[in-house]
Amino acid sequence: MRGNNMLGLIFSNIHEEQLRDLTEIRTMGSVPFGGRYRLIDFPLSNMVNSGINKVGVITKSNYQSLMDHLGSGKAWDLSRKREGLYILPPFGNTRMVNNRIESLASIKRFLSNSKEDLVLISDCNVVCNIDYSDVAAFHLQKEADITLVCRSGILPQKIAEPLVLTANREGRVSDLLIDPRTEGKCCYGMGMILLKRELLIRLVDDCVSRNLYSFKRDLLQRNLSSLRMYCYQFQEYAKMICSPVSYFTANMELMQPKVRAQLFNPNRPIYTKVRDDMPARYGLGSDVSNSLIADGCVIDGEVRNSVLFRGVRVGKGTVVENCVILQDGQIQPGSRMKYVITDKDVLIQNDRALLGFESYPIFISKGSVV
Amino acid sequence: MLPKQQVVAMLLAGGQGSRLGVLTRNLAKPAVPYGGKYRIIDFPLSNCVNSGIETVGVLTQYQPMILNEYIGSGQPWDLDSMNAGVHVLPPFQRSRRSDWYKGTANAIYQNIPFIERYHPDYVIVLSGDHIYKMDYSRMIAFHKDKKADCTIATIEVPIEEASRFGILNTNPDGTVYEFDEKPKHPKSNQASMGIYVFSWNKLRNYLEEDEANPKSSNDFGKDVLPAMLDEGEKIFAYRFEGYWKDVGTIDSLWESNMDLLDPNIPLDLNEESWKIYTRNPVMPPHYIAKGARVQNSIVAEGGSVYGEIDFAVLFSGVTIAPGAIVRDSIIMPNTRVEEGAVVQYAIIAEDCVIGRGTKIGARPEDIVNKDEWGVAVVGNGCNIPPNTVIAPKAVIDHETFTQEAGKNARK
Repeated sequence: MRGNNMLGLIFSNIHEEQLRDLTEIRTMGSVPFGGRYRLIDFPLSNMVNSGINKVGVITKSNYQSLMDHLGSGKAWDLSRKREGLYILPPFGNTRMVNNRIESLASIKRFLSNSKEDLVLISDCNVVCNIDYSDVAAFHLQKEADITLVCRSGILPQKIAEPLVLTANREGRVSDLLIDPRTEGKCCYGMGMILLKRELLIRLVDDCVSRNLYSFKRDLLQRNLSSLRMYCYQFQEYAKMICSPVSYFTANMELMQPKVRAQLFNPNRPIYTKVRDDMPARYGLGSDVSNSLIADGCVIDGEVRNSVLFRGVRVGKGTVVENCVILQDGQIQPGSRMKYVITDKDVLIQNDRALLGFESYPIFISKGSVV
Repeated sequence: MLPKQQVVAMLLAGGQGSRLGVLTRNLAKPAVPYGGKYRIIDFPLSNCVNSGIETVGVLTQYQPMILNEYIGSGQPWDLDSMNAGVHVLPPFQRSRRSDWYKGTANAIYQNIPFIERYHPDYVIVLSGDHIYKMDYSRMIAFHKDKKADCTIATIEVPIEEASRFGILNTNPDGTVYEFDEKPKHPKSNQASMGIYVFSWNKLRNYLEEDEANPKSSNDFGKDVLPAMLDEGEKIFAYRFEGYWKDVGTIDSLWESNMDLLDPNIPLDLNEESWKIYTRNPVMPPHYIAKGARVQNSIVAEGGSVYGEIDFAVLFSGVTIAPGAIVRDSIIMPNTRVEEGAVVQYAIIAEDCVIGRGTKIGARPEDIVNKDEWGVAVVGNGCNIPPNTVIAPKAVIDHETFTQEAGKNARK
């Protein structure tokens, strides 16, 4: 059933500096992932699958590719008469919007015109399949003011300003630290929070009026004692994309059947824009193992432990090993590639050899000819 | 009033396709899956949009549920426009003289009011059982240029096979002087492709005359076109060159799927300028496991291959378990082939489970009596128990299979 009194908000430009080249020409949300997706497909599909009818996507810069991807929102069933998808580009004063508080302040009108009681705010650098209606049920049951979705484990490396929480048995947050020194397991935020819409507007107003602009420090940490904050533990597969290496390993982890089963749960499918390619075609002498292959690929060579996006061509005698080849990459005959990430429309000419290493995959930028 | 459309396409999709047997038990022939992710109807529908035809009527009658659901608003083909688009047209009850569609011509006759809404100059009549890519706009331009009353697309077939087709005998100027339906001694090798362009005013008159004739079987090929020819109307043959295949039989459906695996086939489904649109499944890319062997095959999204496939067409969500072998076969959506099963020269329909160690079909080289060889077919939703043997040419469907299984159990 659709409609659950929740409004979705996605920050599409978050932590882009961490992915370097991949986000040079696009937002975090439009970073391609997993053979046919873009990172924003995960929060967006999760929201839709949780019954959220109205989603605002907050953008700041470089959002052409994002708008091209989202279109009218049809692919996520968000092109509708009643609510649907709202793309929220920078609005108002000419000053560059630089942080979440300013972004939220600039969409105050959107927030106050919405009717939903609750707002779910999500970043788009987390790959997971989560049911937000469970989070909302938890939130209401605990009579929380703010619920933070978090995860227990070793803090992923290079995560930007991680939020580390201490909570009691009921999940009430007693301490909230930003980027502390940690040893062993801890409970860290996944960049998704749920709170009342009215409360969000009030907290943002409070911050702005005091000239405070850090979402984590000023909006969350400062209010820890005055608000009931709870942490909701998410235990299924989730991966934070916070460096080129974690981007690479996240793609590689899709080879595990258990990860695919959780992430691409058929009851809560991940939607994306369709491209109408023909199914992948394997030629005589193709040799593929442990790889994820999307539609439109034509494979005549050897592919191992790799993710091939839509429309990739692998020529005869080519060996592609531990690579992530984005959309329409062409690898001509006789090449050898190991630990390489190629952006869209890359052409690798005959008999080239590109060898990276697991801890430092080579990146080839969009449209390059090697 | 709706804006004028120069051309309206009418797609005949009501036939049962009885020669496809179990594959069309619960769905109309145009909805039969093809080529890893398509259904047959994707081809005429995509040809229409790619040719700039915005108005398409789809005439349905036999088992329309899946077909109706599939076409939906027409959005996957960009046919959900405001004043045109795709319309599903089933037969309906009237205040008097209601009937099923009695024949192809009668189906169009019953929908004259639909066509008239668009005030078209031309009507193109298409069928839903062929695989081909064709620019209809060029055929319509030819029709206009020749000031024809009717234009019929033809394709050259080998003369020794010509007796299986409707053959058109033409004068040197391209006009047709004779229709030869499945001739014993064909005079030409120009076979009709079942694609007709009519000038609408002419066609409407002939449809009304045909309806008034109680002896008529209300069929285009048998009644309307011969009547037009007798009256001396200008009928032209329009020669088409390229890939075209009737997929109305098990063998031709199998062959046409296998044609996609031939690198030299002139039917390129990856062509950017002439895409074949389809309703895409929402599934992740497919996974090829360590130890799998995949050659000469096409594989759609959502599947997992652990075993060995060679000359196979795998639709979305198909699983080939470790040790299973699939050769020269078509496996339709969401079917699972379990450990050690061997599927050769077979079509397995949707949602089946092929149990461990089961053997389906055989290679012609392994069969002594060649008459016993043929493509084996397993219908929708069959759950084939482990270690079953299904002979080549066998046709299995869900109901008879469970009945027989019950009988065997009782014995």
